[in-house]
Amino acid sequence: MSDTHAQTVAYVRDTMLEPKPAPSTQTGAVKWLRDNLFSSWLNAALTVAGLLVVYLLFTHFFPWFRHSVWNADSLKECRDIITGEFGEGATGACWGVIRERWHQFMFGFYPPELYWRPVLVFVLLFVALAPILFTHLPRALLSFSAIYPLLAIWLLWGGSVWPVVMTGAGFVLGYLALKLLGNVNGIIAGIAAFAVPILFWMFAVGPIDDLLKQIVPISIQSVDSDEFGGFLLAITIGVGGIVMSLPLGIILALGRQSDMFLVKSFSVIFIEFIRGVPLITLLFVASLLLNYFLPPGTSFDIILRVMILVTLFAAAYIAEVIRGGLAALPRGQYEAADALGLDYWKAQRFIILPQALKISIPGIVSTFIGMFKDTTLVVFVGLFDPLKGIPDFIRSVFEWKGIYWEPFIFVGAIFFILNFSMSRYSMYLERKLKRDHR
Amino acid sequence: MKKTVFLGTLAAAGLTAGMAAATTLEDVVARGELNCGVNTGLVGFAAPDANGNWTGFDVAVCKAVAAAVLGDASKVKYVPTTGQTRFTALASGEIDVLARNTTWTFSRDTDLKLDFVGVNYYDGQGFMVRKDLGVTSAKELDGASVCIQTGTTTELNLADYFKANNMSYQPITVDSNAEGEQQYLAGACDAYTTDASGLAATRAAFADPENHVILPEIISKEPLGPAVRHGDNQWGDIVMWTLNALIAAEEYGVTSANVEELSKGTENPEINRLLGVEGELGAMIGLDKDFGKRAIMASGNYGEIFAATIGESTPIGLARGLNAQWTQGGLLYSPPFR
Repeated sequence: MSDTHAQTVAYVRDTMLEPKPAPSTQTGAVKWLRDNLFSSWLNAALTVAGLLVVYLLFTHFFPWFRHSVWNADSLKECRDIITGEFGEGATGACWGVIRERWHQFMFGFYPPELYWRPVLVFVLLFVALAPILFTHLPRALLSFSAIYPLLAIWLLWGGSVWPVVMTGAGFVLGYLALKLLGNVNGIIAGIAAFAVPILFWMFAVGPIDDLLKQIVPISIQSVDSDEFGGFLLAITIGVGGIVMSLPLGIILALGRQSDMFLVKSFSVIFIEFIRGVPLITLLFVASLLLNYFLPPGTSFDIILRVMILVTLFAAAYIAEVIRGGLAALPRGQYEAADALGLDYWKAQRFIILPQALKISIPGIVSTFIGMFKDTTLVVFVGLFDPLKGIPDFIRSVFEWKGIYWEPFIFVGAIFFILNFSMSRYSMYLERKLKRDHR
Repeated sequence: MKKTVFLGTLAAAGLTAGMAAATTLEDVVARGELNCGVNTGLVGFAAPDANGNWTGFDVAVCKAVAAAVLGDASKVKYVPTTGQTRFTALASGEIDVLARNTTWTFSRDTDLKLDFVGVNYYDGQGFMVRKDLGVTSAKELDGASVCIQTGTTTELNLADYFKANNMSYQPITVDSNAEGEQQYLAGACDAYTTDASGLAATRAAFADPENHVILPEIISKEPLGPAVRHGDNQWGDIVMWTLNALIAAEEYGVTSANVEELSKGTENPEINRLLGVEGELGAMIGLDKDFGKRAIMASGNYGEIFAATIGESTPIGLARGLNAQWTQGGLLYSPPFR
């Protein structure tokens, strides 16, 4: 074809043809719709049915939301405003109840002049959590995270500062015992780390506490547990339970894998018992049955009781989730740890648990989310949870009697925000820790 | 065998420990606060306002007892109890008095080891239906679906009533009053049944009260009253005579307005004994002679409490009915202060 030149052929096109637009069925919204919503007759029918349901829901509920009233002090006032603005027979949401009782949804019956204390605790919670959740933050912040629980307890319940300091001192003593005796003998150090703080709390704290109270009386107004309520209560129990149940769950999971008969059987019995009993039963035990066994006159704080049982409950589930993670590790990992000459705890710390926990993240976070929502069950033992306890109080005042959906929607929305954040964080963590197939 | 002996010893030890404990009165005085079990929220009877202050008909009993025993009506810790927790809370000593619209029944008084010290409200169970249903009597409810709270005496009464009248019904069980209202308004049931006082409050809070009627039949006796534990009769007497003082005060015309005036001494020896001007009645129950006066000053006499919390001038608008003084054709009748 070497003789095919411009001179030899009659006509040669010297510009490119303009590209034609793709057929209208293969581009843009139409293509997307065809691919995703109307790809077959069945899908088309389902799409239409789905749209119909959305339309019905929207037309059914939208007017109710559109007729929202914020500035009313009673349900009747709300109804009058809605009737006045939107005509006879119109229905609408009465958010005035949230506006008027906002503080009760948040704090229950906590003394209003002390609201700054829970708020401060809540803000500091994020400061304490930040270095744990995000590893690129300065490690020095971790020391604040360590003292945060005691600080939070003191700020929330108030009273003298010394019992809280003494509790912290017990932990420090236990740590010192572990460090000092660790060089001598591992087992003795382990036992001492448990025994020293317990002996300290049982025998030494009382006198030292009394002495310090007289010398340096630092104390703030104390608040009783039955004044807690609403989200303050739910978050206190939820965060306390989450913080305590994770370590306990890890120990139980390891105990269940252990070769030692006593440790193994204790872990199995504990986990199976707790998982076999409904949480409400345990809560009733916490609030009612314990009173019969404790000597008359002992008052064992109800929130503490509930928190302990919620912790035990969540720990049993977390133990099983982590056991799943442990089981998913290839046997080679255990053998590799042995081959490196690591002892049991080192092998767990450096090789086994980091991988097992990473695998278990979705399950652990699901357990946490479930536990946080379960805190609303405390209504059955007479605590004022935000979902039922507080709204029931509000409805029992004549002004708000008959209000039903608004508190549920409001509380549900807040729970959603908190749980959704937890879920998003766990996905971030999974992505960050992903070491394979990158 | 050995185990039984061991358990028995333990139980005996527990019992003696319990008996050795101080009386309820000593406990309350030492604590400086009355633990009063109330409803977790019932319109007119017990409810906290936006600032957390409790008011209501049952709450007034708590206040009167606290005033009589401790001299200060505000020294009350209100312990909200549910239908399930109320009796255990009392039995375990968590609360000193249960003033939670609790029906006085045989088995509760005996088997559950409570002592009902009197009646502060004579209630009865009624029905509410939509007006357009055209029902005018509970006898026409054959085959109806009825919304009913579980775990209450009303549930049992309903079954008894329909059985006795040879009618059938379909129960729609609900957990709380709020849920019951919602089900009823949504048309899930034809009739809603609960105590007549509760029905009146519920109907008054509807958007369209004129479209609902409360049927005339009252199908049960619900004497609601404060209860204490079995076994501490002195404490039972204190609560009983505090309540009686409120009732007697209305009968004799002693109100929170004139109690100060009357306690200087009157012609009527019964009033004088009630207010501690004459006699030493208070000492007989371990209190001082002014206990009656303080109880009345807490929130007024029975009639004043009724009018302020659930009476006809309130939105709930209950008539005195059975709860009028015996001189007015009601059932309130305080034994003499003598």
